[in-house]
Amino acid sequence: MQNVFSRPKGLTELPFHYCPGCTHGIIHRLIGEVLAELNIIEDTIGVAPVGCAGFSLDFFSCDFVGAAHGRAQAVATGIKRALPEKLVFTYQGDGDICAIGTSHAIHVAARAEKITSIMVNNAVFGMTGGQMAPTTLDGQITTTSPYGRDCNVVGSPIDLPKIIATMQGAAYVAAVSVDSPKNILAAKKAIKKGFQVQQAGLGFAFISILSTCPTNWGLSPVDSIKWLQQHMLPVYQMGELKLPEEGRNHD
Amino acid sequence: MDKRLIKGNEAIAEAAIRAGCKLFFGYPITPSTEIMEYLAKHMPKAGGIVLQGEDEVASINMCYGAAATGARVMTASSSPGFSLKQEGLSYLAAAELPVVVVNVNRTGPGLGGLGPAQSDYFQCTKGGGHGDYRLIVLAPSKGQELYDYTMQAFDLADQYRNPVLILADGFLGQMMEPIEFKERPQLELPDKDWKTDGCRGRSKRKIASYALTNEIGEAHCLYWQTKYMQIKEDEQRWESFYTDDAEYLLVGYGTCGRIAKSVVLHARQQGLKLGLIRPITVWPFPEKAFAPCLNTVKGIVTIELNAGQMIEDVQLAVQCKMPVHLYSRQGGMLPTEGEIWEYVSRVFQLTPPEEE
Ligand SMILES: Cc1ncc(C[n+]2csc(CCOP(=O)(O)OP(=O)(O)O)c2C)c(N)n1
Ligand code: SF4
Repeated sequence: MQNVFSRPKGLTELPFHYCPGCTHGIIHRLIGEVLAELNIIEDTIGVAPVGCAGFSLDFFSCDFVGAAHGRAQAVATGIKRALPEKLVFTYQGDGDICAIGTSHAIHVAARAEKITSIMVNNAVFGMTGGQMAPTTLDGQITTTSPYGRDCNVVGSPIDLPKIIATMQGAAYVAAVSVDSPKNILAAKKAIKKGFQVQQAGLGFAFISILSTCPTNWGLSPVDSIKWLQQHMLPVYQMGELKLPEEGRNHD
Repeated sequence: MDKRLIKGNEAIAEAAIRAGCKLFFGYPITPSTEIMEYLAKHMPKAGGIVLQGEDEVASINMCYGAAATGARVMTASSSPGFSLKQEGLSYLAAAELPVVVVNVNRTGPGLGGLGPAQSDYFQCTKGGGHGDYRLIVLAPSKGQELYDYTMQAFDLADQYRNPVLILADGFLGQMMEPIEFKERPQLELPDKDWKTDGCRGRSKRKIASYALTNEIGEAHCLYWQTKYMQIKEDEQRWESFYTDDAEYLLVGYGTCGRIAKSVVLHARQQGLKLGLIRPITVWPFPEKAFAPCLNTVKGIVTIELNAGQMIEDVQLAVQCKMPVHLYSRQGGMLPTEGEIWEYVSRVFQLTPPEEE
């Protein structure tokens, strides 16, 4: 019998432990496919954050280093500077990269650090039980914004890709989503480009991916997808916000 | 042999290059900055990289990444900056990554001042970051030792897969002294068969600092303690100076150890039996140095540039068998030989023996 669907080589055999319907799994699969298709598994070192994504170090078949909360991009910088010929990527939540790790996010872009960072934006702190993140939407109820996020008091959501796209050292910036087959394909393309930009040594590559957190949103997996489409897609600017051609003049 | 008159901080930097350190990540802070400046100038010529991070937190985490690849890597800072590195140090210790960290202690708390101090002793020897971890802490007392111990620090880090700290102070870092650039002895060090540098031709490796299963967590903790106990057994280092027949002892490390030596010589010239134990490792604290003196010494004075921190380790080492007093200066002030002598002779009521 012909095998028509299997786990990509970029993933280990370990079953994902993510909550049912969580789109972390889809994103993992996309990265696993890209690692295999670009034939870079043996030349790649991944950096895992703290948060639900922290377990990713077990799921990818390349070498992996687990960083402290928010520090993945500084750790990735150290790896890349020690091994400039290798591919280095970080896989981080929105809490990790937009809150505690913001300064590193800005500075890897400023340095044109030749790494690829993937941000999984589910608009909450997932692992710690659904607290408000810098990406939480206006009015969104979380455990630390029980009356809904009040932007007059705590500020407005951070659209990190937009900020990073303004920086000279960022060669490729894309904001994608995994809510539909079409968007999943676009997300994979962006992830692939993110690695190719690094291979070409063009500068920092950043891909933000809208993702669901059914558990902390208190919604079914299907309703979570709908919620993402209705509430998150209109707020966050989508698409390729910066392409290598523009980033080139930095070299 | 190459001998040059250079600043203490530069001696540390030169030693790092000669020990094969290939990466340095830092953030400027007085009185340690010359380490980074010297390396920025000389490390690239030796095939290395110096990168100024956005802050100390970034720098120590960059070290974490570089160390994970098996490269020799260093960072340096002074007290307020060292505080920021504590988060990373806890993770480095947990992930068992070899890295050399320098703290050229200035005064604190807070922004403090720029003068020499030993007020980070607790922070450096008792953890500082969260969790039960230990760093090997070497305390040089002069320029040549800054150079020698820095070289050794890289080997110790690789040998034990553990961060090693050089604890100096502003006085040592800023003073110029003639230093011999000795070559490093070739040691047999364990293979870095844990490094994450791409899984070509082997199975995947991972480096992480966590265990969320309590049983595995406990196993990790017990393993680390075995390693720390081994270090405690094998790596206690100290200098004993006129201790064989000493009735009274001074204890001081770093700059204080150096000044205390002159005090001992002064006492000996007067026929008084004063000795000195100068800890070279402040963790592990050289308890073994005190064992031979437990029944012969009548009293101890520790000399410290803080409000009395090492004194607690000395009290433990002598098991309360003799009084232990403190002579301290703080806030950047250094004691003179005369001041220490005045205190020691008063507290022990020492008078020179009558001429025969
Ligand atoms: C220094 C520090 N502060 C706080 C925490 C607790 N903590 C763990 S995960 C997390 C938030 C993670 O949120 P996010 O990055 O969005 O990832 P997700 O779990 O949603 O994938 C926090 C605050 C920690 N581990 N370390
Ligand atoms: S808590 Fe949320 S982000 Fe974390 S695995 Fe569950 S659904 Fe996914």
